[in-house]
Amino acid sequence: MPDTPDYSWPAVEKRRVIGKRTSRLDGYAKSSGTAKYSYDIQRPGLLYGAVLTCPHAHARLTSIDAGAAQKSNGVTAVELLAKPGEEIHYAGYEVAAVAATSEDLARDALRKIKVEYEVLPHLVSERDLAKAGSRAKPSGEQVTGDPDQAFKDADAVSEGFYGIPVINHCCLESHGQVIEWKGNQFEYWPSTQNLSGIGGDLAKVLEIPATSVHTHMDVMGGGFGSKFGHDRWGEFGARLSKKSGGRAVKLFLDRSTELQIAGNRPSLFAKIKLGGKKDGTMTVWQSESWATGGVGGGGLPAGQLPYVFRGVPNKRMTHTSVSVNAAEERAWRAPNNPQLSYVTCCAMEDLAAKLNVDPVAFFDKNLDYAGKIPGPEAYRAQLKKAAELAEWARLWHPRGQSGSGSVKRGLGIGFNAWGGLGHPSKCLTTINPDGTVKVELGSQDLGTGTRTVIAMVAAETLGLPVAAVQVRIGDNKYPPSGPSGGSTTVGGVSASTRKSTMNALAKLFEVVAPALGVPADQLEAADSKIQVKGSPSKNLTWKAACRKLGTKSIAEMGENAQRGPGGLIGSGVGGVQIADVSVDTETGIVKMNRVVAVQDCGLVINPKTAESQCFGAVLLSISAALTEERVMDPVTGRILNADMEFYKLTGIGDVGEIIVHLNREPEHDKRGVIGLGEPPVIGGIAAIANAVTNAIGVRPPVVPLTPDKVLAALEGRNA
Amino acid sequence: MSRTKEPEERATSRAGFSRRGFIRGVGLGSGALSAGVLEGEAAAQAPGAKVVGPGAAPVTLKVNGKVHQLSLEPRVTLLDALRDRLGYTGAKKVCDRGVCGACTVMLDGKAVYACNVLAIEAQGREIQTIESLSEGGTFHPVIKAFVDHDAQQCGFCTPGFVMAAKAFLEQNPNPSYEQVKAGLGGNLCRCGTYMGVRKAVLQAAKEMKGAPHA
Ligand code: FES
Ligand code: FES
Repeated sequence: MPDTPDYSWPAVEKRRVIGKRTSRLDGYAKSSGTAKYSYDIQRPGLLYGAVLTCPHAHARLTSIDAGAAQKSNGVTAVELLAKPGEEIHYAGYEVAAVAATSEDLARDALRKIKVEYEVLPHLVSERDLAKAGSRAKPSGEQVTGDPDQAFKDADAVSEGFYGIPVINHCCLESHGQVIEWKGNQFEYWPSTQNLSGIGGDLAKVLEIPATSVHTHMDVMGGGFGSKFGHDRWGEFGARLSKKSGGRAVKLFLDRSTELQIAGNRPSLFAKIKLGGKKDGTMTVWQSESWATGGVGGGGLPAGQLPYVFRGVPNKRMTHTSVSVNAAEERAWRAPNNPQLSYVTCCAMEDLAAKLNVDPVAFFDKNLDYAGKIPGPEAYRAQLKKAAELAEWARLWHPRGQSGSGSVKRGLGIGFNAWGGLGHPSKCLTTINPDGTVKVELGSQDLGTGTRTVIAMVAAETLGLPVAAVQVRIGDNKYPPSGPSGGSTTVGGVSASTRKSTMNALAKLFEVVAPALGVPADQLEAADSKIQVKGSPSKNLTWKAACRKLGTKSIAEMGENAQRGPGGLIGSGVGGVQIADVSVDTETGIVKMNRVVAVQDCGLVINPKTAESQCFGAVLLSISAALTEERVMDPVTGRILNADMEFYKLTGIGDVGEIIVHLNREPEHDKRGVIGLGEPPVIGGIAAIANAVTNAIGVRPPVVPLTPDKVLAALEGRNA
Repeated sequence: MSRTKEPEERATSRAGFSRRGFIRGVGLGSGALSAGVLEGEAAAQAPGAKVVGPGAAPVTLKVNGKVHQLSLEPRVTLLDALRDRLGYTGAKKVCDRGVCGACTVMLDGKAVYACNVLAIEAQGREIQTIESLSEGGTFHPVIKAFVDHDAQQCGFCTPGFVMAAKAFLEQNPNPSYEQVKAGLGGNLCRCGTYMGVRKAVLQAAKEMKGAPHA
């Protein structure tokens, strides 16, 4: 390339597409049911897979006999997935799978597989650390400053217990795939957050070249962090298809298995003691925390507390990781952050109540402890805005002083913090002589609006309407993009698309410059024209300009090479959420009146889908705060609610209003594009728990705040 | 939670062999079904149930006005017949037990959970699926409203919501905001699109007035 173009985003006043509310490009396909999810893929002679899982939380498989299943009606292949002698560490572990001509016949066959187990002792609950025994792995104590002295000097000390249990991802499209072999190669339709990488990963375990896998996925039905790998079912699904002569096998987990093994978020429990001064300054933090992320222990690393307010001068912390007999944790939107925010913001509001300080003033005061990015002042501005939108001054009463009626109203606060930047991404832009434009990326749209954002960036750069850009994603024949995790997708794809489209446009300028009689660098693209800068009447229409390409299309790459800062994208955002609830103290029912979410996310490409991300995140928080919990049966070691009747997601009638306020001032915009997947999902649980506590005057220590827990707290039964 | 529309309401059976009906008929929790109790046996014991099968039997289904002849085991749900046999994949299987609404279709003008209706039981009835709302390249006002209000993210729940919204609006042409919140309570979304859905349903109500659409 002769000159490297200046890739930076156009100035705010020059943007015609970026920053405008734009309907998602696949909206009609999704709403009309014509969008094809991998779950909807139909192939000639399609077979259906089904999986048999272990019913015991801890067992040794002693024998497995699939002879009858093999002969069962419609069965084309059987895979044994566990061997005699194998120790199994959680219920739901896959022990066998079959492929058959219908789902019902596949399930019939599963019932004919005889498996015997020697049942072993299990532990499925981490809540009582004393009972965890050798399953608990404490990490050493971390001490900063002089906590003992700080407690002595404190004007008030508050102590509490706070818990947030394991929850499940519960993606509506369950995990799985369709695989169809053609000779030594196969077609692969997964439901994944990692379109470019997943095929190669699966090829590796199948010991075939990565080039032998063609991965496709147009749309996907939810991942939330749980869909990065091909998983065991990718592997045995491929084998079932191969054994069935290559016929396509559709294997998606049934709901129960999905909830047992295909994604859970670790818990966090903590005993926290805080001290502070009359003026509202928190001076000391002490926490003893523990968590489980399944059989591998896990949960968060020690020393992550307090959340956001890390700079408190005196700290003492221990953390214990507990291994339980349940499937391994998976990343869940903003891994560990909602839990950290929950215990931190709740413990801090308890200290504020002890000190008799309004929580807004209290958090404001202690924000000096927040890190540099986004920084105390950014948070203060957000807290102020959130308080204003939540009508804090009018509606907030000191804890427990919500009037004498049986329905009590309360407000509470939660904070969030996240990184951002962009994953590695490559984009190929083609401009054809007939004026058509396509941009290709091996990326995926999880429902976040990625496809639309790519089109908007390309349209902005090329001076075209959004509809004139064909976006091709969801196929591994396109240039690779990274997995969608950690809010890095919008940064990655917007940067690569911007660069690729600018590179392609520079080539077009070179071709048309002679016709317009100016050097290429004097041209610009706007309003579907290529025009001379400063004299827009000297122009060629986009079509006329492209015709000058003769028979040769332009094809140019652009790359977001690394997760480093580069002008187009940024990182380090914060947000504040305030919840407003009414609690019926006779029934224990919590009603969500309103949640206010004030959020920074840098330059906003599409406010319409960005707001949807925030609404969705707030709704997930409400669900986690009020209804969602994976309930383990201590006797059988199985999940009691591996279904959607009792694994309760928030419903459409359960919420009042949600107010989303995106910070879009020049100082936010100039930071570049920053992902929004994680941050708004973090603070809501704390905000709601604090609001309930504010309303009823006592803290129900463990979410979700179901009526029984609220009533127990009111009766002083804080178990 | 505040679901005013109970799952049972969506699974009303006329002919006596709805899936939920025979589960209840033998006094089993619905958990037993997915745990592998033989559906055929359960059906045989349900008082007053017609006995068909267990082998495949001829079944005629009229979907979006088109008649399809099929050979199906009686245990096959309407949802599986639509998706796996007839290629109508707009309705999704998510919970497979009448909780989430992702499989919502209309039977004789009423919203049902297609996972909770047996295909044999849908015979002789008008089955309408989401695919009928964009026939001929025009979109039903509910679909347009869902796009306008971004009432979808991953979109897996969306066709079910659109069908539920259409059925709801046909019964309640002038709903209040609160009625929308209550009336769409039989569908669940994991991505959290409810705010958009509520606004979309109100917009669609306005647009559907005086502009009847199939
Ligand atoms: S799949 Fe039918 S209601 Fe959930
Ligand atoms: S849009 Fe994803 S489940 Fe509703």
